[in-house]
Amino acid sequence: MEILMSVLAGVLFMAGTYLVLAKSLIRIVLGTAVLGHGALLLLLTMGGLKTGAPPILGIESTAYTDPLPQALILTAIVINFGVLGFFLVLAYRSYQELGTDDMEQLRGTEDE
Amino acid sequence: MSWLHIFILFPLLAAVIIPILFKKIPRVHTGWFVLVVPLAVFIYLLTFLPMVAGGETAMYSLPWIPRFDIHYSLYVDGLGLVFGLIISGIGALVVLYSIYYLSKHREALHNFYVYLMMFLTAMLGVVFSDNMIVLYLFWELTSISSFLLIAYWYARRQSRYGAQKAMLITIFGGFAMLAAIIMLSIMGETFSLQALMAQSDQLVQHELFLPAMILILIGAFTKSVQFPFHIWLPDAMEAPTPISAYLHSATMVKAGIYLVARFTPFFGGAMEWFWIVTGVGLLTLLWGSLLAVKQRDLKALLAFSTISQLGFIMSLLGMGSAALYYGGGDEAHLHSMAILAAVFHLVNHATFKGSLFMVVGIVDHETGTRDLRKLGGLMSIMPISFTLALIGSLSMAGLPPFNGFLSKELFFTGALNAAELDIFRMETYGALIPIVAWTASIFTFVYSIVLVFKTFFGKYQPERLEKEAHEAPWGMLISPLILTVLVVVIFFVPNVLAHYVLEPMMASILPPLAGEFDIHIEAWHGFEPELFMTIGVVVLGAILYATLRKWIVLYNNMPRALSITNAYNSGLKGMESISRKVTDWHMTGFSRDYLRYILVIFVVITGASLFLLDGFSIDTANAANINGFEIILSLVLVGSTAMVVITRSRLTAVIGVGVLGYIVALFFVVLRAPDLALTQLAIETVTVALFLVCFYHLPRLREKEEGDGINVFNLIIAGAVGLLVTLISLSANGHRLFPAISDFYEDAYELAGAGNMVNAILADFRAIDTLLEIFVLCIAGLAAYALIKLRLARREQDENQ
Repeated sequence: MEILMSVLAGVLFMAGTYLVLAKSLIRIVLGTAVLGHGALLLLLTMGGLKTGAPPILGIESTAYTDPLPQALILTAIVINFGVLGFFLVLAYRSYQELGTDDMEQLRGTEDE
Repeated sequence: MSWLHIFILFPLLAAVIIPILFKKIPRVHTGWFVLVVPLAVFIYLLTFLPMVAGGETAMYSLPWIPRFDIHYSLYVDGLGLVFGLIISGIGALVVLYSIYYLSKHREALHNFYVYLMMFLTAMLGVVFSDNMIVLYLFWELTSISSFLLIAYWYARRQSRYGAQKAMLITIFGGFAMLAAIIMLSIMGETFSLQALMAQSDQLVQHELFLPAMILILIGAFTKSVQFPFHIWLPDAMEAPTPISAYLHSATMVKAGIYLVARFTPFFGGAMEWFWIVTGVGLLTLLWGSLLAVKQRDLKALLAFSTISQLGFIMSLLGMGSAALYYGGGDEAHLHSMAILAAVFHLVNHATFKGSLFMVVGIVDHETGTRDLRKLGGLMSIMPISFTLALIGSLSMAGLPPFNGFLSKELFFTGALNAAELDIFRMETYGALIPIVAWTASIFTFVYSIVLVFKTFFGKYQPERLEKEAHEAPWGMLISPLILTVLVVVIFFVPNVLAHYVLEPMMASILPPLAGEFDIHIEAWHGFEPELFMTIGVVVLGAILYATLRKWIVLYNNMPRALSITNAYNSGLKGMESISRKVTDWHMTGFSRDYLRYILVIFVVITGASLFLLDGFSIDTANAANINGFEIILSLVLVGSTAMVVITRSRLTAVIGVGVLGYIVALFFVVLRAPDLALTQLAIETVTVALFLVCFYHLPRLREKEEGDGINVFNLIIAGAVGLLVTLISLSANGHRLFPAISDFYEDAYELAGAGNMVNAILADFRAIDTLLEIFVLCIAGLAAYALIKLRLARREQDENQ
């Protein structure tokens, strides 16, 4: 299972990286979302998989799944969402103001 | 704190008051107040003379940063004291001269004297400091104050160019010196010069001995305008003439000489030291004298003559260092003559060159030009200046009855002695030394004659001068007069100097021979080779001057492109254009390129360390099992990811990201993370909704992504990143070094009263994370609101209309 999850994270990272390197701003936004998912899966895998019951004390079990990575991931999901939302609004506004989403055109002046 | 500490800082303290005096008492020329400072220092330093002449030295120390062995410690010996006397004595004369030279109405005198006093302190600090870090501090202060003084008339382009050039070159040398000081402190484990000298015998074999020597010499050569660092001095002539006379002939350019002399007891006796110092000195001597002949500007001529004379002194210091090889005995005494010549000429040069600069300043001041082609026939109009110039020039040329003659004879003696050395592989090249020295002396004779004859003889051309020429006021003539009197007096009674000045200096440079010198300088010492060499110089020099018109054209054939200044300029330009090209090449302005750099560097460094350190391994011992449902989930995940990447439709891409998010949520379910699944589902829904809200306004996905379809380069980078992440993840799984700390959280109920461990961690054990995460969300929300609501640019446009 760890091997499968590692490969999946790798696939997500690859797709996210490819999208981030694209010309179109909207693709970059999508790419960051994909990269975020890859990171979540990676975090979860690193904590060890299926080592016991869900980390809720009411459940009768000898072992529980590691709760710490889950807490970290929960924080990460929320932050990811905040940043992604902001990024999306930024992309929307820049398209509205500048009339382009092409990263080749979105660049500074020659002598900055 | 001794009086010496106070007197060295005295000019700096005076500098604070000078601007106030300049503003409050405008009727009196500020220079009169300033004059007190160098005079007081000079008189104070004179009190040390009897002590030093008696062969004693003194050390005054004041802790500054004791933890790092940095003390404001001062050491008084012959070398430092004579330099201190020259600095303060000529300083006083220069201030007096500048009172008449600079107008109190037109010039910014407060700046001038503040810089000058800064320089005075710096220079005194250099020659008296015993702590090398403090020495370096004062050394850089001389560079800075010289920079300020060269650019005194900062509105002129040439002044700024000269100041920049002097700054770059001397600061470069200063850094080399700092590196050497650090090396020396590593070798001797002290910053104190005297403590270091005491260990010189043990440290000769140290591996840092040679690098430290070369770096010290770079520092000394840049300051003392030795070849090829001499190029800043002619451009520094844009400074006011009192400054040229003071800094660029008598004092600052001798700081390098001082440094070489100071370090001779430490490095002297080594072959490299002998060869570098002698060789560079002779080269500078010859090169400076050759180039001085062709100058048309009086100050440029004097600048090259200074370069040449400093090479003269430097080469003598090199030749004399052979005495330390022998350590004692007749041989050592023979070669110590070169050191005598060096210190003697040092004093002589300060006298006649200072006076020559002042005379040139007078000529400039009273005629409005320094161009030799416009000048001429001033002898009867400015008889006193003429006399002073004649004496200075003849002394520079090395003729009797002036002091230059004595030091030149000693120079020939030193060169002839050096030629007979049979150490340091001198057998082969030794004969070159007197030849080079003699040739350079001929050219020195020629330019000295040019200086006087072209200025004061020939036809008076009033129509080409900017002012009607007349003799200078007496105030301006006093300083060069005093120096010129010294030139003559030293010739007739050189042996008075010997006991008080030359012997203590030699004792500092050649400590093993201290107390054994028997100096007896004579103007006439029989029909020796030196005499015939001097006669040869005069005869050949006179012939060369007579035929000057015929061979001066040779200089015009010298290609300009080969000059060192040209190399400096094009080097500077080249560095600028190369750095611009490099910057333009990699700073493209496209964020995609920067992302590529970041990713490629990440892949290369992480990947290389993974394989070079043999970090990759797969350990499946603890791996969980896989069931069919998980395989289906994985396939859907990969499929939806591929859909996001491949699709050309915006809607499909958004839906693809949504599917991806829900599959991740399902993975959280499978992997026993109920809270994560819950959050992920909610968040993914909101994200997709957000995308859909923007849907109509978002740009269409491009039909053609990067020109024609797939960008292979990006694909390779992306593939490498993905592969690397997988490999790292697998390796990390295989290397669990210690058990997790999560057993602690299983007591969540007892510790926090919570049954849900994840929530207990978020809200209790690690609640600060959660607090800040809430901040992040708040800030993101506010920022999104602000982005949509605030339209500053447009509002400004509206207001402008």
